[in-house]
Amino acid sequence: MIKTTNLTKSYGRARGITDLTLHVPAGSCFGFIGPNGAGKSTTIRTLLGLIAPTAGRAEVLGLDCVRDRTAILAQVGYMPSEAMFYPEMRSGEVIRLSADLRKKDCRREAAGLLEALDLDPRKKIRELSLGNRKKVSIVCAMQHRPALYVLDEPTSGLDPLVQRAFWSLLEERRREGAAVFLSSHVLYEVQRYCDRAAIIREGRLVAEGATAELDIENKFFDYYEGRITT
Amino acid sequence: MTVFKKELRAHFASFLVWSAGVGGLMALCVWMYPSFAGSMEDVSALFAGMGDFSAAFGLDKLAFGSIMGFYGTECGNILGMGGAFFAALTGMALLAGEEGGRTAEFLLTHPVPRLRLTLEKLGALAALVLGLNLIALACGAGSILAVSEEAVWGDLLRFHAAQLLMQLEIGGMCFGLSSLLRRSSFGIALGLVVLLYALGLFVNLDAGLEPLKFLTPYYYADAARVFSGEAEALPVLTGCALGLGGCALGLWWYGRKDIAA
Repeated sequence: MIKTTNLTKSYGRARGITDLTLHVPAGSCFGFIGPNGAGKSTTIRTLLGLIAPTAGRAEVLGLDCVRDRTAILAQVGYMPSEAMFYPEMRSGEVIRLSADLRKKDCRREAAGLLEALDLDPRKKIRELSLGNRKKVSIVCAMQHRPALYVLDEPTSGLDPLVQRAFWSLLEERRREGAAVFLSSHVLYEVQRYCDRAAIIREGRLVAEGATAELDIENKFFDYYEGRITT
Repeated sequence: MTVFKKELRAHFASFLVWSAGVGGLMALCVWMYPSFAGSMEDVSALFAGMGDFSAAFGLDKLAFGSIMGFYGTECGNILGMGGAFFAALTGMALLAGEEGGRTAEFLLTHPVPRLRLTLEKLGALAALVLGLNLIALACGAGSILAVSEEAVWGDLLRFHAAQLLMQLEIGGMCFGLSSLLRRSSFGIALGLVVLLYALGLFVNLDAGLEPLKFLTPYYYADAARVFSGEAEALPVLTGCALGLGGCALGLWWYGRKDIAA
């Protein structure tokens, strides 16, 4: 689903990612963990073509992330870490705009998601809390039933009930064959919901493997501090 | 056309306010003309004796006592500044506004090629500027008819066409600048308009500054020049090139730039 080879992004003096090589198999739920500024969002933004890699290459769904950006985005549902939308639009309008940009009629699917997440589509974005903006983001990422979900810290700002609903929706999509690539700070989430994971530190991959083998919850600081690598 | 429609909706309130402001002020000026008409000959004589000051504002060529001269001076300034401010602010907001408002990440993670997205935004800018100018023309021409004055309609239409071209040029330049920025800079947009306006005054004042006429659209869109039949093709062409250059810069640079988180 995702394959990067020596993927590098540098921002001059600021650190980006360096020689990142990872593989996300089809049908998996892949957790991407690391401290703030480690390069998780840079990796995701490179995969989605928001920023261009400095070196190396990345393929998403067998397509080149630079050359085939539009084709990739047609099959991806993306949830950014900060759900920012047009403040004067209503949440329902944002969701419809997202579907229109995909040239798809997602009204039925969107209605189901709105109900599952208990989101009022008539409220203006500027009136919504972070949690409710995240709900809008979930609907936008899921309503077109993509083959791959790319989620950047998806549960931050969500209350436990909504988190449960979100994971339930994601599990359902996985059963239907979709793959998930998510970054998170919440170790138990990755341990519980992801079958594979990678840990990134200072822009470099320090560990990758089956979640059960990595034992992230217990050995997380060992990975972070470089005492264990895989 | 999804992005085009989104931009029209997003800028509709601003469009209404600017159109009503510019159109309303133009109509108000023309409406007041008959009450001043009797004393206009004295004002024209006063301006004629003011030398360089009159030349800077084209008052040495415009018959201020006639409806066309009055229209070119008063409505020309209202439309020339108001329309240009609207075009500049809108052009500046279209690309940089997405990054500044942190909505670029939402918009650009949909399967729309950046070139198409940028073209649709450019189309929205052109439509909004055209709309404002149509309203201004309707208000100006309508109010001239309402006060039963005889206008030279050909000159009036040429003047409005020149104003439209000028605003499209300024909008295009700001659109290009906007692609280079991470957030909208209304200061740059407004500053550019004031600078171009000032250059237009300087060209009228000093023959030695004539080469500046290729930089400022206020030269070819000046009512005095349009009404007196002194319009030149080359400044219009360089103006078009500057506007199109701005558009091309926006299309090219936004297609390849790293989008800020």
